[in-house]
Amino acid sequence: MTPRHLVLRAVAVLLAPAILLFALYVQFHADYSPGGGFQAGVVFAASLILHALIFGAGAARNLIAMEHLRRAMAAGVLLYGLTGAAGMTLGGVFLDYAPLAQSAQAGRHVGVFLVELGVGITVAATIVAIFRAFSEHRQDIGQEDW
Amino acid sequence: MDNALQILTEDYNAIIATFLMMIGLYIVMSRAHLIKKILGLNLFQNAVFLFYISAGKVGGGTAPILTGEAGAIYSNPLPHVLILTAIVVGVATMGLGLAIVLRIHEAYGTIEEDEIAQADIADDTRDEDRE
Amino acid sequence: MSETLALHAPALVILLPLLTAPLCFLFSRAANGVWATALLVSLLSFLCAAFLLEKTFDGRVLSYHFGGFPPPLGIEYRIDMMSALMLLIVAGASLLGLLFARRSVARELPAARQSAFYVCYLLCASGLLGVAATNDAFNMFVFLEISSLAAYALIALGGDRDRRALSAAYNYLIMGTIGATFFVIGVFFLYAATGTLNMTDLADRLHALPVGSRSLYAAEAFIIVGLALKIALFPLHVWLPNAYAFAPSAATVFLSAAAAKVAIYALVRFLFSVFGLDFAIGGETLNAVILPTAMIGMIIGSFSAIFARHAKRIFAYSSIAQLGYMMLGIGLESREGLEASFVYLFNHALAKSAIFMALGCIAYQQASMKLSDLHGIARDMPWTMAAFTIAALSLIGAPLTGGFIGKWLLMDAALAQGFWLIALVIAAVSLMAVLYVWRVIEAAYLKAPTGRRRGAPRAEAPRREAPFSMLLPLWIAALLSVYFGVDTRLPVGAAEIIADSLEAAGQ
Repeated sequence: MTPRHLVLRAVAVLLAPAILLFALYVQFHADYSPGGGFQAGVVFAASLILHALIFGAGAARNLIAMEHLRRAMAAGVLLYGLTGAAGMTLGGVFLDYAPLAQSAQAGRHVGVFLVELGVGITVAATIVAIFRAFSEHRQDIGQEDW
Repeated sequence: MDNALQILTEDYNAIIATFLMMIGLYIVMSRAHLIKKILGLNLFQNAVFLFYISAGKVGGGTAPILTGEAGAIYSNPLPHVLILTAIVVGVATMGLGLAIVLRIHEAYGTIEEDEIAQADIADDTRDEDRE
Repeated sequence: MSETLALHAPALVILLPLLTAPLCFLFSRAANGVWATALLVSLLSFLCAAFLLEKTFDGRVLSYHFGGFPPPLGIEYRIDMMSALMLLIVAGASLLGLLFARRSVARELPAARQSAFYVCYLLCASGLLGVAATNDAFNMFVFLEISSLAAYALIALGGDRDRRALSAAYNYLIMGTIGATFFVIGVFFLYAATGTLNMTDLADRLHALPVGSRSLYAAEAFIIVGLALKIALFPLHVWLPNAYAFAPSAATVFLSAAAAKVAIYALVRFLFSVFGLDFAIGGETLNAVILPTAMIGMIIGSFSAIFARHAKRIFAYSSIAQLGYMMLGIGLESREGLEASFVYLFNHALAKSAIFMALGCIAYQQASMKLSDLHGIARDMPWTMAAFTIAALSLIGAPLTGGFIGKWLLMDAALAQGFWLIALVIAAVSLMAVLYVWRVIEAAYLKAPTGRRRGAPRAEAPRREAPFSMLLPLWIAALLSVYFGVDTRLPVGAAEIIADSLEAAGQ
């Protein structure tokens, strides 16, 4: 069977990686330009959703399993929380990143980097998971999977 | 008259936001379709977010990233940060709301509010049958 | 050690459940493991809350600056007596509810959803704790929504047993979100007028502003209506009865004990600490709004409870009436009224959680909560019904129970201001409480069991007493509600300090 929507498929193959790359730029260049974890996470998720829309639920499942999305959702929040708690155990207060490195400025740099990474992971995973939970409902999310 | 004109030209963001808010609230109250209600709710919330964001704009200000230029005017970034958080809350609410609608559809076989209310009343009378 | 704990306790009390929730989500397969973790964390959180209460009992205020940025720029958690008491109530309710939850959840929810229940439960608890601790208006909104979203999910989890839980959760979601958005609008007007979100700073700056500003009227009105929706204050209460009646038993125990109370706390915080009674919408207008609505809510809630035939719904309606009592004390706007409200709030949390635990024990043994199916249940479940009776006495306000102290103080406060009508309503509504409680007691103790009624299939296994792990928290709550009726030092002492500080701030 020849694949339908050939043009869409061709465009998606070209676009999806570019969107991913842009997401990473928004994520990691956020110190100097608008951006950050929330925005990057949503852009990242947009690429995965585009993929799922065009190549179908089966391909999306092959790409990343729901189980991994669940893990990523929780892991991102934990990364945020543990970074905050690290400041606490190193003599500061919660979310105080200054003690994380030699100088307060470097510490804050590291802290914000990790925290935003956590936000990005969670947001991307959650948005994709919401989309997938709805789009795959009935087909394979039985009572046992959630 | 001058006053009204001034409100129109200077506070038009408030007028637009209020208008959108009322549309959203009206949809929530008047529609019986559960998904339409959630869309109305979302419109209502987003109108409030719009109001916040537009109020954070400082005339002639740029994006609030330090450029090092002396005398640069920046827009107020705090409303943006707050609304970013509120948007996340809104997305979560919408996701949860739609998930509940899905479950309602499975349990009741309909997502029309009046039919669900009737089914609920039928359940209630079965529950509370007289001795 | 004690110093470090004193420094970090205001944050730890919330962070422990908040960060354990994703941890449980990450490593959750066995519901029992998640339950044990949640219980341990709740215990630690409760100990932190007790520690904070002890620290603030001399009127001291603990402040925690997130990220090391001092307020008003940074987000501050500020624990005074009122926050500490609410933290204790929420953490205590969460602990009791979790003790109760294991067997109850195992019976009521399908295996695949049990660990999700505990994750939502922890999130809901941390949200409510956060509202009580934070001193930042927008942060309060975020925590309100964390707790509310988790609460919607908790209620919807009852949908596997009774589909009405789903429609109840949906209605609550719509109403709760409108309430939260109203609250945000109010906070926005305050921010636009003052340029700050820190509540202490907000209070200072507001009082430097001219009184008549219209945007501040709007701010106060939006915040009051928004929080009233969350409290389920009459006439905004319609979401509450079904939500409480069809949620899983353990969720009802926790929500009825903690959720509305925290919203009341938020309202008191804004009315007295931030706005003050002589500001914007003045004390007299509030008086004219809150007192009548509270009284009508008490009467209508009690009437609905008297005519309900579903045991859990009787006490859900009763909650609407009881919330009216707490609002009365606030509406009186006097030191005595506030003191009475907080004593009432404390004792109601204990009594209501005990009652819903007793009903949860019954739900463990039989699916139906119809009053006519409870006939003679006291013979099969004597311990459950005995504890129920004790808690119900406290709810009615019988002497030697916590409920009596609260009602007595409230009556006193109303009479001190010459409000005879209010005192009369308090007495009348207490009599109505006797009526609806009596209907359950009568069914349980005096009626003969009617298993084969009208062809209803008789349950195969005979009804038995609930397991010990469910009776234990039930009896703890029931006995505590008697204990605090005799030894009133903790609730009354705390409420006195709270009322004093609120009165000082409200002037």
